[in-house]
Amino acid sequence: MSWPKIDDIVSAVLSGENSALLNVQLALDNIQKNSQYNAIISTLDKEALDKANKIDQDIKANKKVGILAGVPFIAKDNFLVFDVQTTAASNILKGFYAPYQASAINRLEDEGAICVAKANMDAFAHGSSTENSDFFITKNPHDINRVAGGSSGGSAASVALDLVPFSLGTDTGGSIRQPASFCGVVGFKPSYGMVSRSGVVAMGSSLDTIGTFTKNVSDSKRVSSVISGNDPLDSTTLPDQYRITSNLEKIDFKSIKVGIIKEYLSDNINPKVKETILSSIAKLKFLGVNVQEVSIPSLDLALAVYYVLCPAEIASNLSRYDGQRFGYSYPDAQNLDESYLKSRTNGFGDEAKTRIMIGTYVLSSGYYDAYYKKAQTVRTKLINDFNQVFNSYDFLLGPTVPDTAFKIGEKSNSKLEMYLNDIMTVAANLVGIPAISMPVGMVDNLPVGLQIMAPITKDNQLLDFCNQIEDEICL
Amino acid sequence: MTEENEYKLTIGIECHVQLKTKTKLFSGSLNQDDQSRPNVDVNHIDFGLPGALPVLNKDAIKLASRAAFALNSQPQKFSKFDRKHYFYPDLPMGYQISQYDQPIILGGSVNFLSNDQIVKIGITRAHLESDAGKSIHPEGTDYSLVDLNRAGTPLLEIVSEPDIKSALQAKQYAQTLYLLMRYADVTVGNLFFGNMRFDVNVSVSKDENLGKRAEIKNLNSFRSIERAINYEYKRQVELLKNNQQVHQETRGWDDNKGITYLMRSKENADDYRYMPDPDLPPVILDDMYIANIKQSMPLLPDYWIDKLKKLNLDESIIYSLLEDGLDNQFSNLQFIVTLDPQDAKLISNYIVNIEMPEIKNSEAPILSIDQRQQLYLKISSLARQNIISSSNIKVLIKDILKLDKLPDIDQYIAQNKLVQNSDLDQLNEVVKKVILENPKVVEDIKAGVQKAIGFLIGQIMKETKGQANPVLINKLLNEQIKKEE
Repeated sequence: MSWPKIDDIVSAVLSGENSALLNVQLALDNIQKNSQYNAIISTLDKEALDKANKIDQDIKANKKVGILAGVPFIAKDNFLVFDVQTTAASNILKGFYAPYQASAINRLEDEGAICVAKANMDAFAHGSSTENSDFFITKNPHDINRVAGGSSGGSAASVALDLVPFSLGTDTGGSIRQPASFCGVVGFKPSYGMVSRSGVVAMGSSLDTIGTFTKNVSDSKRVSSVISGNDPLDSTTLPDQYRITSNLEKIDFKSIKVGIIKEYLSDNINPKVKETILSSIAKLKFLGVNVQEVSIPSLDLALAVYYVLCPAEIASNLSRYDGQRFGYSYPDAQNLDESYLKSRTNGFGDEAKTRIMIGTYVLSSGYYDAYYKKAQTVRTKLINDFNQVFNSYDFLLGPTVPDTAFKIGEKSNSKLEMYLNDIMTVAANLVGIPAISMPVGMVDNLPVGLQIMAPITKDNQLLDFCNQIEDEICL
Repeated sequence: MTEENEYKLTIGIECHVQLKTKTKLFSGSLNQDDQSRPNVDVNHIDFGLPGALPVLNKDAIKLASRAAFALNSQPQKFSKFDRKHYFYPDLPMGYQISQYDQPIILGGSVNFLSNDQIVKIGITRAHLESDAGKSIHPEGTDYSLVDLNRAGTPLLEIVSEPDIKSALQAKQYAQTLYLLMRYADVTVGNLFFGNMRFDVNVSVSKDENLGKRAEIKNLNSFRSIERAINYEYKRQVELLKNNQQVHQETRGWDDNKGITYLMRSKENADDYRYMPDPDLPPVILDDMYIANIKQSMPLLPDYWIDKLKKLNLDESIIYSLLEDGLDNQFSNLQFIVTLDPQDAKLISNYIVNIEMPEIKNSEAPILSIDQRQQLYLKISSLARQNIISSSNIKVLIKDILKLDKLPDIDQYIAQNKLVQNSDLDQLNEVVKKVILENPKVVEDIKAGVQKAIGFLIGQIMKETKGQANPVLINKLLNEQIKKEE
């Protein structure tokens, strides 16, 4: 059974036709029945049921409940939820119970949404397949032998499997859009700073964004309107004037100019994926959208820049996992050095170690200028190039991933091949712009995602545009 | 010139000033470093929990901006924060948030009087950073303890140019820095609690080339700065004279033994992997903000030094007055600079040598500062007319300070028989009497034991109940004894 639209779920709860409790029970049931997909690390049975009861009572007592009253959701396991285990799918945080919680979770709870589970992910969000989870691999709902994508694989699979109406993920280089594409759901990565990062385990702080997985764009807008907005706990959040609104504005397709990114439709992509994307573009043209091809030559450098800057921030952000205050600590250390060494050696997985080493290297004296500083310079160029293109176009368009979901283990031997999965998604993070992946068709029974990007802070326009595409052409 | 003076001393000082913000630099925890209860002023940010983000305390920017003006500089319109990485249990995040290449203050100077000359020491830069926690290693145990109350408290690190040429200058620089930071009202300035800590870089050289330097860490008193440099100078000169090398290293100071000791070698420079902190947007100050800060600044020591020097006051008196100014909103300074040089000299002496020790040693006086200043004006005029002796002035001021209102001074000294007796005839009587009563002492004086005259003066004071003019009786005694010869 699939969930109705979020508006309808809330209406039913408010009218008494349904209840928050039934929604939560259904979600928990769904989770249990689909355990073979390994989408979930832990469930919040008691907490969620208690919250649902409270909301139902409040409704009966005519108390004010929020715009997401009684809607169950799943959060990626890098969101801190008060008093709930938060591992980021890593051994080093196993057994860590959060003593405070993410601002995004607070805002959702304030509006009556109920967190029922924590989703699997690549440990610390390092990866594109959820194969880097220190615990288990999440399977693709469309083909159990394939990956769900990553790093928010558990969150994407949760929505694809209809466990819940929406889930939260994080996107640092494509970690929402790529699994959304692989699992056939809507994955929205807002502008950098649109949603507070406070209480979310940091990966690359200048790239990290928090976003949603939903079955449709209007649900995404509704949930995003709740979690977006300025937060005093995160100094990089945008002012409230840019906040995402829940209402959907009508767009005149004839007034829209869309650029098709030439570099994203090269010969390196699966021809069937390309065909699917091109047919979507044809439909847009038919509806009157002005579509033209654009080239952003510096895009070719995006992946290289990303894999210098992101590991640098990762190495720095992972310094706090030192076995001294929380999480795993090597119990038999004879001295401080051994405690650091063994705690981190045993606690981190291979991918985290790889990235810590790369990051440490590019920040080392003597290499800083050659790598980190140069990468920052190219990042600035990339930002300028995108700004330039957005002077002429409202949105940019292309595939989300060059291919459909790959087989589990298929890319485990080549890090580079794995990293190439991010080639079309990292630019949006480096530039800070909002981007969405929408399912637009199937190739060999596997979903294909269309990626649409907008200028920074134009999140509302992007969602309105995508909603109308969904409504009018049922891609 | 002694042999050691062949070697030139070059000193640069880094000073960590703890800013008096209510909360920490990047979190809402109280900035109070409670020594008695460890780990109480700690929240998720100070503890370095996953997902915790630093949020800049705007008050710290305000205080650093004030410090900029105190250092004859001004705050930078653009500055940013960087991460400085190293692992230590009292550094929860694994990095310190500091300012690397674009600090809040660039350039500036600190001026002070040294042997009546104005010495100017250049300021290279000053940057904001968060302090680490405290590691405690209990003796005889196999564990260490960490207290994070101090972790994240705001520091302004002020880096001087290597312009300081002697241990005394270094001490004076530190004292002046203390005064400046107190005048700018940016720190509580309690040295005992480490509110200002000094790292001193010392090198010696025979020629113009700078020698290898040793850094002496964590000095927290002016005296220890002077002593540590003197020790370090001797140590380095000794090494060079024995054809040994001075190594670039970090040294500690043992105040009990009076020696510096090796903490760690710096030959393999630490790599802190500085990186701009992506969690913190740059600090951008507009002209209006900077102008407002400038306008809110009090008059600084430089201004007062210039005025007081023109009144011919001694260096030590000037610095005492500057320190006193902190306790009374500069009221005494404002008062003294309106006086003529003679009054200024007398009255600053009353304040520094009588009032200040009195306040320090007992309860604060009951008389208001206005009444005290009135009192000093009156006494100064009496002193200038030789109506009251200096020893009686001391008694008088001490007594009157404790009264709840200012009495009529003329009446008061008459009643208390504090008027100085300068009556020649009366005094001559007493002089003659004392000489007659002490023939042996007079013999001694005649034999050249000059200090014996002090005894006779004491006797005369006793006879006159302390009212005799001491200058006058000294003169009369000498005349009388000469006459006898």
